[in-house]
Amino acid sequence: MAAPVKPSLAAVEVTRGKRAAISIALISAVLGLPLWWKTTETYRAALPYSEISQLDTLQLQLTVPVEIIFTKGTLSVEQQRKLPSSGSKDKEVLLNSHTGFNCHYVIKYRIASIGEEETLALPTFKDADEALQQLDKGDLGSVSLYILAETSALFTEGIHVYIGKYRRAFVKYAVDQTDRIENVLRTLNTKVQSVIQTMSFNEKAVTAALSDRIPITHFNIEDLENIRRAFKSSPGYDLTFSLLNPDPKSLDLNWNISSASEQYIQPFLDKLSPVANFSVDSQILFYAVLGVTPRFEKSTSSYILNANNLPHVINPVEARLGSSAASLYPVLNFLLYVPEYFHSPLHIQDKDGKRVPTNAFHSPRWGGIMVYNVDYNGQEDQEFPIHIDINMVQVMEVFLTQLRLLMGISKVYVPDKYVLENPGTDGLTDWELDKLLWSRTVENIVTVTTTLTSLAQLLDQIGNIVINDNVASEVALPGSNSSRSHCGDSQGAQEEVYHAVSSIQIALSELDAGRLEYAFQASKTAISSSEKAFFDPSLLHLLYFPDDQKFAIYIPLFLPMAVPIILSLLKIFKESRSKKEANKIE
Amino acid sequence: MFTSLSSHAIGQLACWLEGGGSLSQGNMAATVLPCLLLLSVGWIVGDAAQGGGDTFREELLLTPLRSGDIAATFQFRTRLDSDLRREKVSHYRLFPKVLGQVISKYSVQELHLSFTQGFWRTRSWGQPLLQAPTGAELWVWFQDSVADVNKSWKELSNILSGIFCASLNFIESTNTVAPTASFKPQGLVNVTNHSLLRYATLPREVVCTENLTPWKKLLPCGSKAGLASLLKAERLYHSSYHSQSVHIRPICGNADCTQVSWELRQVLTVVFDLYSSGMGKRDWSLFKMFSRTITEPCPLASESKIYLDTSGSEKDDDLFEVSPFTAHESLVPVHGDKKLYTVYDLLEQSVFNTSRNLNIALKWKGSPSSDAGPPLPPVCHAERYVSGYGLQTGVINTMIYNNHPYRAFPVMLMETVPWYLRLYVHTLSITTKGKENKPSYIHYQPAKDRRRPHLLEMLIQLPPNSVTKVSIEFERALLKWTEYPPDPNHGFYISPSVLSVLIPSVTSTKTEMEDSPLFATIFPSSDGSSYFIRLYTEPLLVNLPTPDFSMPYNVICLTCTVVAVGYGSFYNLLTRTFQVEDRKGGGIVKKLANIIRRIRGVPLLDAGSLQRRKGHAAEAPQIGAME
Repeated sequence: MAAPVKPSLAAVEVTRGKRAAISIALISAVLGLPLWWKTTETYRAALPYSEISQLDTLQLQLTVPVEIIFTKGTLSVEQQRKLPSSGSKDKEVLLNSHTGFNCHYVIKYRIASIGEEETLALPTFKDADEALQQLDKGDLGSVSLYILAETSALFTEGIHVYIGKYRRAFVKYAVDQTDRIENVLRTLNTKVQSVIQTMSFNEKAVTAALSDRIPITHFNIEDLENIRRAFKSSPGYDLTFSLLNPDPKSLDLNWNISSASEQYIQPFLDKLSPVANFSVDSQILFYAVLGVTPRFEKSTSSYILNANNLPHVINPVEARLGSSAASLYPVLNFLLYVPEYFHSPLHIQDKDGKRVPTNAFHSPRWGGIMVYNVDYNGQEDQEFPIHIDINMVQVMEVFLTQLRLLMGISKVYVPDKYVLENPGTDGLTDWELDKLLWSRTVENIVTVTTTLTSLAQLLDQIGNIVINDNVASEVALPGSNSSRSHCGDSQGAQEEVYHAVSSIQIALSELDAGRLEYAFQASKTAISSSEKAFFDPSLLHLLYFPDDQKFAIYIPLFLPMAVPIILSLLKIFKESRSKKEANKIE
Repeated sequence: MFTSLSSHAIGQLACWLEGGGSLSQGNMAATVLPCLLLLSVGWIVGDAAQGGGDTFREELLLTPLRSGDIAATFQFRTRLDSDLRREKVSHYRLFPKVLGQVISKYSVQELHLSFTQGFWRTRSWGQPLLQAPTGAELWVWFQDSVADVNKSWKELSNILSGIFCASLNFIESTNTVAPTASFKPQGLVNVTNHSLLRYATLPREVVCTENLTPWKKLLPCGSKAGLASLLKAERLYHSSYHSQSVHIRPICGNADCTQVSWELRQVLTVVFDLYSSGMGKRDWSLFKMFSRTITEPCPLASESKIYLDTSGSEKDDDLFEVSPFTAHESLVPVHGDKKLYTVYDLLEQSVFNTSRNLNIALKWKGSPSSDAGPPLPPVCHAERYVSGYGLQTGVINTMIYNNHPYRAFPVMLMETVPWYLRLYVHTLSITTKGKENKPSYIHYQPAKDRRRPHLLEMLIQLPPNSVTKVSIEFERALLKWTEYPPDPNHGFYISPSVLSVLIPSVTSTKTEMEDSPLFATIFPSSDGSSYFIRLYTEPLLVNLPTPDFSMPYNVICLTCTVVAVGYGSFYNLLTRTFQVEDRKGGGIVKKLANIIRRIRGVPLLDAGSLQRRKGHAAEAPQIGAME
C-alpha cells in the first residue's frame, strides 16, 4: 500500500538530513567562528608597519650649508663677475645593503662685504673672528670659509688654515687670476674639503654613529675603542664627583667642589646644553678602598698600579657610589682617590710600564678615576688627621678632559699647516658642538630605527600582545609636537609609535634640508617616543597567556561540537562521491 | 638636638587633657582649633654646636630589661647644615647623597621609615624608647608646595623601596591613610595641614640583611669603624626583637632658629635573649652579644658614646659589677624619670684597654633569682586580639592599661583596618571599669572598596589604675579571586593600632639642650610635667573566606559539558533521517503488540509501520549506533 511512497519519503528524509547537517556546519562556520574570533581577539591597534619597514633601509642625506667668501685680492674682476651664487658637492657612502649616507655640501659663494673686509684688517685672527661673530652668528651646523689672498698679513709663516672657535675658518689660497672661474672653484673645493670635514663631520664619525647597523668587522680596533668610549645618546646625564677617602683617621680631606664645578664644569655643560640636560652633584665616601693592593717599587719608593689591574679597581668602589635616586639618566662618575699614608705616593702605569703623567684613567661609558697624591714630606711629625686642601685646578683639568672624551668629543688631529683656536673658558668650540650634534642626530636616528623595527618584529611574532590606543584618531601630526609633549603619560603605545615615526621622518627631512638644530630636536623626541612605546606597560598585559591553558578551556566545548559536524560532512562527501561513481557505472 | 620640642601631639593632647572631660563628641571641632593655634608656637631649638659643616654623632645605649634580656639601642645622627627645601644642595659630605636627592626631589618635610622584626613586649620589657610596628612603617609629611601628594607619595615609596631593598612598592591607596591627630611633625615646621601627611604600614614585610646593608651604607663610616662595626647581621637577626629606622626632619640650625639644618637619625634597636640562652645567668658582654668588640670610634664623629643603664644599682651596690670601670656617670631624664647611666666616651683613649679594644661586660653578683617575682607592669601598655568565630563576622578588641596609681591621662588611639574587613561603627564600644567611656575626639573615615582603608582615631581618657576595652565588630568581605595573595590560607595582616600617649612624669624633667644624649631627645617634651611615647599593639592575622581557586576552570568544564550534551541531542534530532521500513517477520515487540491487539480486537499491525532507523547522516557520538 505504501510501496510507491516509500522511496520518495526516504529520499526526502535523507536530503533533509543532509541539508540540516550542511546548514549547521555553515552556521557554525559563518556565524560561530567569527563570533568566537571577535570575542576572544586581542585588541591590536593599527601600527604604521610599512613606514617602519621603510626605516629598515636607512639612506641618510646629510646636508651641510657651506659659505665660501672671497676677500679682496683673491679673484679678478672678470672672475668676480662670473662667480656663481651657489654650487653643490655630493659624496655617497654605502656601508651595507641597507645602510648608507650621502654627504651633500651646499656651497654658497659670495664676495666679502665691506664690513667683513674691515674686520679682516684687524691684527689677529682671534680679533677678526670675534668681530665677524658680532656681524653674523651663523646657524648650527653651517660652516663659513674666508678665502684670503697670499698676501694677507694675518697668516704667519707656514700657516695655511686658521679655524676659529665659532663656525668660521680662514684659508690662504692663491687663485690663478687668469683661469676660468669654474676651474678655480673646482680646485678650491678639493682644497677646502678637509677644512670642512674638520669643522663639520667626516665619514668616520658618521660611520661610527651608524655602528649599530653595520657589522663590527667594519671597524679597526682603534675606531671601536672610540665608539665604545662615549656614552650613548641620552636626553640627560648626571655627573657625580666622588672623593674617596680610604683613611679618614689620618686624612682630613677638603675639596671645594662647589666652586670648582661652577668654574670649570658648568661653562662646558652650559655650552653642551643643546645636546642634553646635565646635573652635577658630589659626595665624599669614607673608608672607600681600591680593590687591588698596589705594588711597591723600590727604585722610586713609590706604589704602582698596573694598567691591567685597573679594571679591578672600579668594582668594589662602585658598590659604594650609590645610584642616582632622583633621575633615570645615565651617571658619569668621576672619582678622586687619595691613597692612604702607607700606600703613597701611588702612580698609575700604562701598558708599557711608563707612568701616566695625569695619574688618571677613564673607563668607557662609566667615568674616570684620578689618583691624587698628598705630599707628606715635612709632615711626618704632624698629628693625625692631616688637614689637606685639594688643588681643584689640577683635578678639574683631568676630569674635564675625561668628560669631553666620555661625551664623545674626540681630539681633532689636523695637518701642521692648520691652526686651531683655543676653545677658551667654555672648553668647547662651536664647530665641535656641531660635530657632536651631527653624530648624535645620526646615532639617535639609528637607535630609533632599531627600536621601532624590533618593536614591530616583536609585535609581529607574539600575537598575544595587546596594542592599545587611547585616542586612536589622534595620530601624531608633524605640527602637533609641542602640544603633545605635555601629555606624556596618557599616550598609548600606538600613539607613541606614530609619534616616533613622524618625528624620525621630520628628523630625516630636516637633515636633508641642512637644519641641524631641528633635526636633532626631532630625533630626540623620536627617541623618547620610541622608548616609551617599547617599554609601554600595557604591552605586557597578555604576554604570558600560555597555549596549553587556552586549549584546556576550549577543548571541552569545541571538541564535542566539532566532531559530529565534521563526521557528518565527511559522510555526505563520501556518499556523494559513491553516488557519482554509481552514476558513472550506470 | 633639641631643647624644647615641637611634638604637636603633645600640645594637642594637652589641649584635650584640659578640655577633654567636659566636651562631648558633638563639639570636637571646637576643641581641635585652639589646639592647632597653640601648636604652631611649639618650635624646636636645635643645637648650634658647630657653625658650619655637617656633624655626625653616634651613641649606643645598653639597657638591661626587667625580664633579664638586654636591649641595645644604636643611634646615629647626621646633620646637614643647609636647607634642602630652599637651596639646591648638590654637594654632600656626611649626609648621604641619595637621601638628600630624594628629599629635594619629592619636597619631603619629614620622613620616618622603620623596619621591624618581632614585637616589643611592653609588659615584660618596659616602656620602649622608640617602638616600631612589626614589618615596615612609613610616614611622610610633604611640604605645602607639593601639588599632588598622592602621586609624590607613590613615587617616593617606590624610590625608598629601591634604596632599602624592601617591598615598600606595595604601599598603595588601599593601605595609606592621612591621620588627623596621631602623627604630628617632629621637626621644625610651619604646616600642620594633615592632607600633607601620609602613613602606611606593611605588617607582612620580612626584615633581613638586605635591608640592613643599605641602612648601614647611609652612615659616613659605614660599618668599618665606630659603633656600627658591631652591627653584624648574623647576630642581629638572632634576637627577639630587631628594629631599624630612618628619621629625617628639619631642625634649627642655630640658637635663634634663623637657619635650618636637616637631621638624619638612624636608630637600631635589638633585644638579645641572653637570659634564657645563657641558662638563667644574667652576665653579658659586648662580645657575647655581637661576637666582636669596639676597637675605635668613627673618626668623623663629633661624639661617640656608650651609655649603660645602671639605675638598678642605686639600691644595692653589690648586685653586679661592670668592667671596665669608668667614673663617668650621668643622670638623664628618660620617660619622665631621671635615670643613672654609666658613660663610656670612645673619643677618650683611656676607655680602650691595652690591646686597643673595648668589651663592656657585666657580671651578676647577686643571686640569680634575687629579684624574683613578676616584673612591675609599665604605666601604659596595650594589647589587641580578634574574637568571634566562623568566617563571616568578628570583633577587634583593644585593651589599654593605665597602671598609674592615681593619675588619669589621655591616649590617642588610631586604628587602620583594610577595606575587606567591613567595620560596623555603631558597634564601637569603649568601656572602662564596666562603664562606658566616651571619647572626647573621634575621627572616622570609612573605607571604600579597593580604594582606601578604614581610619578610626579616638582620644580616650584613661582613669587611673584601669583597663579600657575598645571593641568594634566587623564583617569579612569576599575578595575577587585575583586579589588573594599566593598563600591566602595564611591569613591577612591587619596593621597594629597606634597609641600616642602623654604620660605624667614622676619627677619634673626638662630635656637638656646640647649635651643631652640622643636617646633622650627622640620625643623631647616641651614641659617637664609629662612625656610623650608612641606605642604599637600586635598586628592581627585574620582569616578571610578563601574560595577554591580551581573553581573557574571547573565551571568552564561543567558548562561546556552541559552545552555539548544539549547541542549533541539537538544536532542529532535535526540531522536524523526518518524512513519507512518494511520489516518482514517483525520483531518480538510487534508480535507481542499483535497478541494484545488481537485480544482487544483492533486491527493488527502490519509490516509497513513507521519505524525509526539509523539516519543517513552521522549521529552524535553519545546517541551511538542504534542498529
